[in-house]
Amino acid sequence: MDVMEKLTILTDAAKYDAACTSSGAQRGHRKGYIGNTSSSLAGCCHTFSGDGRCVTLLKVLMTNCCVYDCKYCVNRCSNDTRRAVFTPEELADLTIQFYRRNYIEGLFLSSGVLQSPDYTTERMIRCLDLLRNHYRFNGYIHAKAIPGTSPELVTQLGLLADRLSVNIELPSESGLKTLAPNKTRKAIFRPMGLITNTLHENKEELVKYRHAPKFAPAGQSTQMIIGATPDSDRHILSLTQALYDRYQLRRVFYSAYVPVVENTLLPSIDTKPPLLREHRLYQADWLLRFYGFRAEELLDEENPNFNTLVDPKCSWALSHPEFFPVEVNTADRETLLRVPGMGVTSVRRILYARRARKLEHADLRKMGVVMKRAQYFITCKGRVLEGLQVRQDSILRNLIAAERAALPQPEMEQLSLF
Amino acid sequence: MSMPNVIFRYDGSFEGFLCCVFDSYVYKEYPAHFQTPEHLEQSLFPARWVGTDSRHAERILVSLEKIDPYAKELVIKGFLTCAPNREKLLYAFIRALYDIGRPLLRQLSDDAVLPLLKAVRHLDGEVHLLKGFVRFSEFEGMLAGEIRPKNRVLPLLRYHFCDRMYNEVFLLYDRTHREALVHKPGQWAIIPLESFKMAAPSAAEAQYRSLWKRFYDTIEIKERHNPRLRRTNMPQRYWSTMTEFQDEAFFTAGSESLPEKKATW
Repeated sequence: MDVMEKLTILTDAAKYDAACTSSGAQRGHRKGYIGNTSSSLAGCCHTFSGDGRCVTLLKVLMTNCCVYDCKYCVNRCSNDTRRAVFTPEELADLTIQFYRRNYIEGLFLSSGVLQSPDYTTERMIRCLDLLRNHYRFNGYIHAKAIPGTSPELVTQLGLLADRLSVNIELPSESGLKTLAPNKTRKAIFRPMGLITNTLHENKEELVKYRHAPKFAPAGQSTQMIIGATPDSDRHILSLTQALYDRYQLRRVFYSAYVPVVENTLLPSIDTKPPLLREHRLYQADWLLRFYGFRAEELLDEENPNFNTLVDPKCSWALSHPEFFPVEVNTADRETLLRVPGMGVTSVRRILYARRARKLEHADLRKMGVVMKRAQYFITCKGRVLEGLQVRQDSILRNLIAAERAALPQPEMEQLSLF
Repeated sequence: MSMPNVIFRYDGSFEGFLCCVFDSYVYKEYPAHFQTPEHLEQSLFPARWVGTDSRHAERILVSLEKIDPYAKELVIKGFLTCAPNREKLLYAFIRALYDIGRPLLRQLSDDAVLPLLKAVRHLDGEVHLLKGFVRFSEFEGMLAGEIRPKNRVLPLLRYHFCDRMYNEVFLLYDRTHREALVHKPGQWAIIPLESFKMAAPSAAEAQYRSLWKRFYDTIEIKERHNPRLRRTNMPQRYWSTMTEFQDEAFFTAGSESLPEKKATW
């Protein structure tokens, strides 16, 4: 089998992995080595595939042979599909040559489980070791840690990679039990906790010894599949919050379940991937990481799922009228960040500009605030926007209209709310 | 500002432009337009040729730096943008800066500041995108690539590529502005280059191009096909120089490289 065929099979098997970022590592060039990761501070997309997703890394599996039989996965052992294995040399050569041509930012290496988790991880380590030390690759590497791998091997892997990730796969234990019988929640969280601890220890070591080897400098991330199990958005978001709090993850990724196999335990094969739901979860995820929201503020027992018509921030704002209106010229950063239509950038500009003079509504528009959302929630110098009608139901209607055009699913339900 | 009463003609360089600013203060003349030898037009206003004197240019730059280093950066970047009236935007900005001083920088919605900021944001955005969208090809150990940007991005892009490809010999050609960034370990330069044509790919080069194309086509999840999202994230005007969007000939060894045709915008 030639490299072209292997690349096709092993890319096809890896494409459902959502994480394709290269952010969080900053390493300059080294003499005699290839590449750096310095553009990765903010991330760098090298192309966008036909589905609109960013392609940053050469995202492939080392092999799609797998001893596990997870029901939702194309690579499960009971699936009749073509199998391939990259040799470490092939993979290193591809990475280097793609990287030099500026096709990619680095390598994303994942793998099916060959024989056992330890055996697979050893092979991945051999691959990365060849790439780093023989081919002298200094760019970004993201490696998957496989649940059930022994701690020493995970540590070795982390010393070669910039980022590690362990996939949670399904948001609940019961989901795992039915759909991924070879994996348990404990087996998944053990390496995650191990990585978190090693990251902490490494940070202390680096304080003491400047040249201590760096363990996964870009931290760890995870991903879970949305829509294969009946879990609510609230459950998923609280889990996300816990992961950020307890394991200091850099990112949690969601991937809308794409039906690849017929199985009575799974949604039927002709269901569409729940893209809108994935979109809402990502919006909420941003609110957790950059806007100072907590999961329990966004969803509660009465509303366990996100509103499909308006985004989570608008939804929160509409149910907290006591918080508004916010006076743009005096409110602090945390308060401004909670106003729909204002983002991290526009809030930074407001804080910067208002020290020179008081701001008017017209200024805000020029500074990048989305006024069709923000106008209902703010005052400038104590005044609301001139001519603005503020009635609870009309706000909701206008906010829905403002967003509808941009949503992933054009065929919306009719508005039976009014 | 007083009534504009003269047209400044200068050599088109950044220093030349700064000398226009300098002269406008010395002779109390207010520019209605700026013209370069490539774009001369007749107009009702009298025209005046401004010679380039690097000492004058330096004095303007130093004065900007004294007010705020960020102001200097804005002016330097502003001159690289593709805003059709960038000299007038810059002149208005500098003039207001001398009048008001540092607080002007905080007036983000001011007419003397906002258009310049927008132009610079457009430039910065294009630089950021091109860090990813540039494609190189290898010719006997040397790398070459081509871009067709709207703004003059090379002076900013070089920081990224000279660090990343520190040990490489490469050339990056900007077809819009007819200049090239050339680099070998420890040395770089941006030189004007009237024409440039990439050599035909070797067998190995063609093979890596095909491998990349195959990877690109395979990584898409077909059930999520979304061309509009792709265009939003990666405007079509960049596609003309990207490997994955070339037609078959590009992937055969020994054939023509990138088509000469101008990018479509």
